[in-house]
Amino acid sequence: MIPALRYLGQAAAYALFAAFIGYFAAAPAYTYRPPDMAEIKLSFSHGGQRKGGCRPLSAEEIAKLPPNMRRTQACPRERVPVLVEMEADGRLLYRDLLPPSGLASDGPSRAYRRFALAPGAHRLELRLRDSERASGFDYQRIIDVELRPRQNLVVDFRPEAGGFVVR
Amino acid sequence: MQPIKRPLRLAFAVAERAFDRIFGAAWNPFYNLGALGFFYYWIVTVSGIYLYVGFDTGVERVYASIERLTYAQWYLGGVMRSLHRYASDALVVMMLTHLLREFAMDRLRGVRWLSWLTGVPVIWLVYASGVTGYWLVWDQLAQYIAIVSTEWLDSLPIFGEPIARNFLAPNSLDDRFFTLLIFLHIAVPLILLFILWLHLQRITRPKINPPRGLVIGTTAMLLVLSLAHPAVSQAPADLAKVPSVLQFDWFYLTGYPLFDLMSYRWVWALAGALTLMFAALPWLPPLRRAKARAAAVNLAYCNGCGRCAADCPYAAITMVPRDDGAAFSHQASVNPSLCVSCGICMAACPPSMPFRRVAELATGIDLPDPLLPRLRDETHRATKALAGRPRVLVYGCDRAIDLAALAGPGVGTVGLPCVGALPPSFIDYVLSRGLADGVFIAGCPDGACVNRLGIRWTEARNAGERDPRLRPRVPRERIGSFWAARHEKRALAGALAAFRARIAALPPAAEPPPRRVGVPETVP
Repeated sequence: MIPALRYLGQAAAYALFAAFIGYFAAAPAYTYRPPDMAEIKLSFSHGGQRKGGCRPLSAEEIAKLPPNMRRTQACPRERVPVLVEMEADGRLLYRDLLPPSGLASDGPSRAYRRFALAPGAHRLELRLRDSERASGFDYQRIIDVELRPRQNLVVDFRPEAGGFVVR
Repeated sequence: MQPIKRPLRLAFAVAERAFDRIFGAAWNPFYNLGALGFFYYWIVTVSGIYLYVGFDTGVERVYASIERLTYAQWYLGGVMRSLHRYASDALVVMMLTHLLREFAMDRLRGVRWLSWLTGVPVIWLVYASGVTGYWLVWDQLAQYIAIVSTEWLDSLPIFGEPIARNFLAPNSLDDRFFTLLIFLHIAVPLILLFILWLHLQRITRPKINPPRGLVIGTTAMLLVLSLAHPAVSQAPADLAKVPSVLQFDWFYLTGYPLFDLMSYRWVWALAGALTLMFAALPWLPPLRRAKARAAAVNLAYCNGCGRCAADCPYAAITMVPRDDGAAFSHQASVNPSLCVSCGICMAACPPSMPFRRVAELATGIDLPDPLLPRLRDETHRATKALAGRPRVLVYGCDRAIDLAALAGPGVGTVGLPCVGALPPSFIDYVLSRGLADGVFIAGCPDGACVNRLGIRWTEARNAGERDPRLRPRVPRERIGSFWAARHEKRALAGALAAFRARIAALPPAAEPPPRRVGVPETVP
């Protein structure tokens, strides 16, 4: 092949490769979530109450403990699972019984869920049970929200703040 | 696997030959995929160091610091950023093409298993490096990658607090996060470099630097691309908003749409299954024919010159202290697990000469089913049957050439495990004894030698540039060669016909002198 043609061929090959790299480095666009939708993220990390509750120790039991480890109550390590429900506009979006984490089931229960909702006004009803009660809930909250397109509304749970919080 | 490999091999062979014509064999990118990958790695490293100097790890400042580099310092910072991105993308292309080519050529079994196996974590590490890099920009794409990647990691039951909770809301992140991330973005490529070192352990003279022509062309290409189409950020990350339409880098994020198509655990299962399948490929059917036995050293003829060790493509031969009391300091030693039985070592050994008049032709190192005497016997057999003019003897690589298709009244053929297994003295032997009017050597395409280095050593030996050298007295005009892919039968036949026509124009070689073979003689 004539040298000039070879160099021309090389230039064409480089140009094609550059075009290939340059194009696919940022195109075609990918739509992760439609721009006319909003999202609610329900996420928390919360430990249920101890299973069985605490029992007062007798004086003999306390005396048997090493002096630096004496306590007045014996509490079981295992925690109860956390029951959580979320409704939007009367429709149940999520209900789950979240087991405690950890090998001894003594860690917090964790939730991380995403829900797509159309923008606009919505009524969220949030309920959570973290005790051994058989029915009903320990925490409940109704929140009216006005979702904007692409809004990411976070629903967290913080007992120290009174229960469900919206961020 | 063959129904996949065969068309792939053909596609590569066609593309490689086309690029041979444009770039020449030495500059052909297909023969330098690994070396180009390394070159892109170094571009990414150098540009990355520059970007690191101007990078601010504060959550509120990280995006602005990259924007400053991109726009206020477009002539240097912006170019460096673009080089960083495009070289990373090109690295992925080289890596995947290299993987496909090695798979198509079945270069994953036998001694090559270690290179293949270590290539599997390389894929993961390259992608991890790229993904953490995109994360650092902290734009909408980074936010998407952060959320989806951490949710994917959280789907494994090994983490305590969900990592994805770090990206819940605008105030979830603190400055230390980007410090950790940049540490990862530097550490992962360093681990990658270590794995690449392992990747090359079993081969000698690995090509880790592309030829100068490719370096210049590739660098110019990346610079022009960086100036004409600079890499830019998307809108800044905002955890109060859901990422929507994203300008995807499909080289690194090809698998990310899967997260929207199936559950995270299924993606783990798919990724795990693919990884296992790739890692197990060297041991999956169809299994290669029983491994040829390794070359063996014959100390009676070994003077410890080290040429076999220097020429072995897989570092299977080492020189060790002499243990037989002979007056030489070293002797060759073969590691059977690394030997591919290519015979290149036999051709490198000085006593591998057909002229020697001994009852049993032997040399310092040879295959267990000795190649040297077989080669001389077959040379005699093939040349004896030659009729008419010109008489041409073809030495051809069994792996690449269909020798039976070339044979004819004026053409004799002798097969070799690799063209590198032909001692140059055989050419001298054939021509000086008048066994044929010309010698034609045919093997794999240059740069695609099945056994590595066979063509390179053959050309260097015949040009008198490497031991054992072809003697100056051998008429070069009577030697021809053609490096062809298996599908290029017509081109090979054409090259042979042209060579025969050239030889026909020369005066006939001298008639062979009477000789006695297999009878001990005294060398005159």
